[in-house]
Amino acid sequence: MTTIQAVHHLLTNREVTCRELTVRYLKAADDVNPQVNAYISLTKEAALAAADAVDKKLCRGEALAPLEGVPFCLKDNISTKGLATTCASHMLENYVPIYDAAIWEALGTQNAILVGKGNMDEFAMGSTCENSYFGGSKNPHNLGHVAGGSSGGVAAAVAANIAVYGIGSDTGGSIRMPASFCGLVGLKPTYGAVSRRGLIAYGSSLDQIGPITTCVEDAALVFDAICEKDPGDMTSRGAAPVADRLTGDIKGLKIGIASEFFEGLSGDVDKALSDAVALYEKLGAEIVPLHFPLLQYVLPTYYIIACAEASSNLGRYDGLRYGHQAPSFSDLNDFICRTRTEGFGKEVRRRILLGTYVLSAGYYDAYYNKAQQLRRAIVREFSDMFARCDVILTPTVPVTALQFGADLSPVETYQTDICTCSVNIAGLPAVSIPCGVDSKSLPIGLQLIGGRFREATVLNAALAFERETARSYLKTADMGVAL
Amino acid sequence: MTYEMVIGLETHVELSTKSKIFCSCTTAFGGAPNTHCCPICTGQPGSLPVLNKSVVQYAVTAGLALNCRINRHSVMARKHYVYPDLPKAYQISQYELPLCEGGWVELSGGKRINLTRIHIEEDAGKLVHQGSAVFVDYNRGGVPLIEIVSEPDFRSAEEATEYLEKLQTILRAVGVSDCRMQEGSMRCDVNISLRPKGETAFGVRAEIKNLNSFTSVAAAIEHEFKRQEEILSSGGVVVQETRHFDADTGETTNLRGKENADDYRYFPDPDIIPVILPYDVLEQLESSLPELPDKKLARYVSQLGVPEADARMLTKYRAVSDYFEKASAGVQNPKTVATFMVTQMFGVIQTEAEREHWSPSVTAEQLGELTRLLESDKISRNLAKRVFSQMLETGKPATAFITEEDMAGFDASALKALCQKAIDDNPKSVDDYKAGKEKAIKALVGAVMRESKGRANALAAEEELKKLIIG
Repeated sequence: MTTIQAVHHLLTNREVTCRELTVRYLKAADDVNPQVNAYISLTKEAALAAADAVDKKLCRGEALAPLEGVPFCLKDNISTKGLATTCASHMLENYVPIYDAAIWEALGTQNAILVGKGNMDEFAMGSTCENSYFGGSKNPHNLGHVAGGSSGGVAAAVAANIAVYGIGSDTGGSIRMPASFCGLVGLKPTYGAVSRRGLIAYGSSLDQIGPITTCVEDAALVFDAICEKDPGDMTSRGAAPVADRLTGDIKGLKIGIASEFFEGLSGDVDKALSDAVALYEKLGAEIVPLHFPLLQYVLPTYYIIACAEASSNLGRYDGLRYGHQAPSFSDLNDFICRTRTEGFGKEVRRRILLGTYVLSAGYYDAYYNKAQQLRRAIVREFSDMFARCDVILTPTVPVTALQFGADLSPVETYQTDICTCSVNIAGLPAVSIPCGVDSKSLPIGLQLIGGRFREATVLNAALAFERETARSYLKTADMGVAL
Repeated sequence: MTYEMVIGLETHVELSTKSKIFCSCTTAFGGAPNTHCCPICTGQPGSLPVLNKSVVQYAVTAGLALNCRINRHSVMARKHYVYPDLPKAYQISQYELPLCEGGWVELSGGKRINLTRIHIEEDAGKLVHQGSAVFVDYNRGGVPLIEIVSEPDFRSAEEATEYLEKLQTILRAVGVSDCRMQEGSMRCDVNISLRPKGETAFGVRAEIKNLNSFTSVAAAIEHEFKRQEEILSSGGVVVQETRHFDADTGETTNLRGKENADDYRYFPDPDIIPVILPYDVLEQLESSLPELPDKKLARYVSQLGVPEADARMLTKYRAVSDYFEKASAGVQNPKTVATFMVTQMFGVIQTEAEREHWSPSVTAEQLGELTRLLESDKISRNLAKRVFSQMLETGKPATAFITEEDMAGFDASALKALCQKAIDDNPKSVDDYKAGKEKAIKALVGAVMRESKGRANALAAEEELKKLIIG
């Protein structure tokens, strides 16, 4: 694996042209993708056009922005004008957006090299990246295991060295979980820090775009490039840049540990987390014991809100204007029913039905309203905890990457989100970083949660850990581009 | 048994903002299909609405003009239903916490129709039927609307139509909508139920959707009253349902019944932050509210001496009352201007659409000038009338049609000479008048008028004649 900074260095020192670099990534993506299934589509022309623009700038002796000319993978639920954007769904299999997402506009002005669109769970619903219409993404550390969901393709592309970094989206852990499973850094920014314009919505009040990178500093660089306030998204606030504020010094940092997050961990995960906490103490952090009694309500709260919003957001896929159309039908109602039944996978249909149910008259108060009350209580509980500490440390996922087709029940699968979901409910920033491996050498992740817009605090704590462990956990999977 | 009808109205009014409620597309009426739209108004995947500030301001202005309480904190909600003209499968509207609550409209008899609420929402697209094919035009999708929901306070079709006319006049006066029913910028749903006279409980109601003219509203109410009355008086039960009014047959028919009553699954739209109205904006909107038609009407009658019937016509459209006030500036008696407008201009500018636009050939300044000439006795009333119709035809000022001779006829000495001539020419009438026949003076005035070719001021002539005869 390589870093953004390393590529930037190679380009500005003219050790490689951007076209050469891009061709190598495109070739590697072509070669590796059949094994890993990280990309749904490769965007060769867009990549080469941007590469040539970068080379021209270099020839003119102009300086490059941090992400300029760096090959990356964009999750396939982020709209790219003229380039297929499928949400890994049969419904949008042939959908080509007519406008660009805000984030792709921002990265486009930096001549980011889009290698391809990353595989994902259909409409970002899932924790394993197995719910893709185009087949699941495989974990480059062990191809028999899942990459994690829902931004699994993006994580797999970075871990397999066929992208330098990736952009995912995180509704309940969809950046942090695959980052954890693939041994990467995944940052879910504060809700509102990054514009959602052009991100095909799953749960609008929970969705947030963020980076998946090989190191903490890269995550900061990408965050700084994408965190602009967007007048086209009313929930967008923007955020101050963080890269310049990272020191790696955490003396006196108060790290909160809520015991509730540590229940039911697998032995390897438990051990890795204990070691990490001990390391933080050694680095001068102060450990503050906390309680988070509402954790037990996090999953029902999350699934009610996420499914309610999903049922609303996905109502527009009726086949009338774009997307899949049922080939045979008797009338308009039948056409829409068949289109949606054929176009959506099982998990998507399950969540739409759940959401429709919890919003319907007679059940609204019992479910949706209750969930909103719980949401407010969870936000309060977090702010109480942050009155006592700077960051909260938890496992990212209680387990390591599952085997392909492990066939858990939906509820068992949902439970793997327990540590990540609460962060989305409260709209907080959180980062997952690697903190060890299990007995099968599969990565284990730890999560650091911060107060609203405390990305700098969270990333600084992450950087301290990363530096101390000297990235010893950053194994290079034996594929892709080695620079 | 005699029945009483209980009616509530839901009125949709298109706001006349330049851009749509959630994007910058134009709200202009018409246009080739699907040319006034963008990813936001067609609900493309990933598109996000951005609430147009002026929509909120227009809606607040409407609320203030209709005596509502303005909620400084209101919330946009999603109302779900599946229909091809609704590309997101939900309409963004307001549910709990609407922008305006309460309020009323006062009818001419003094009865108040109370309002429940006014909320903002987006319009849907339009289905276009061509043979057996159906197309969707999203040009209208996202055009801003307010929905004005009344309490069930109406008891007759007349009350309902008067209310709608009042709404139209008020909303036009404050400039938030042109309220054109024929273009669909004002449409109405009628909720109607019957109950035995004297009863206080409500009967079962039917809803008649999408009425687009005053006559349809009145006809639909009358028809629905008869239909429900027949059912009730024959011992039947009215079912709650949504009905459609056919303007050609004058009848209402079932559209959908209660068994598939809609469940809109409202919930707050997570893409739109709550609408917070700053105090200073609210104050500014309050203070910039123009004089409302009812107040204006009262002022015209009591302060300007305009007959009430004329005042009603003058206050119906903002452009007309603005014109009237401009023409009246510097005039002694604004009633004279009103008379010119009502008797002559309204005879030429006849249709409601023409009056609404009010772009007469004669400027307000020109009418004012003419009125001042009349008031200063420089020309006669008859001449003024004649001149004004020529002005209306040509758009030229009064002076273009008044000769020096017209003007000269009216200084005091010229009038005196004319009167003396009439006395000399008609000794019999003079004698009759002296003998006490009051009417005889009219013959002399007639002689003066004839001699002056109608240019003389009859009142002044009569006075002068009396002075000369009695000495």
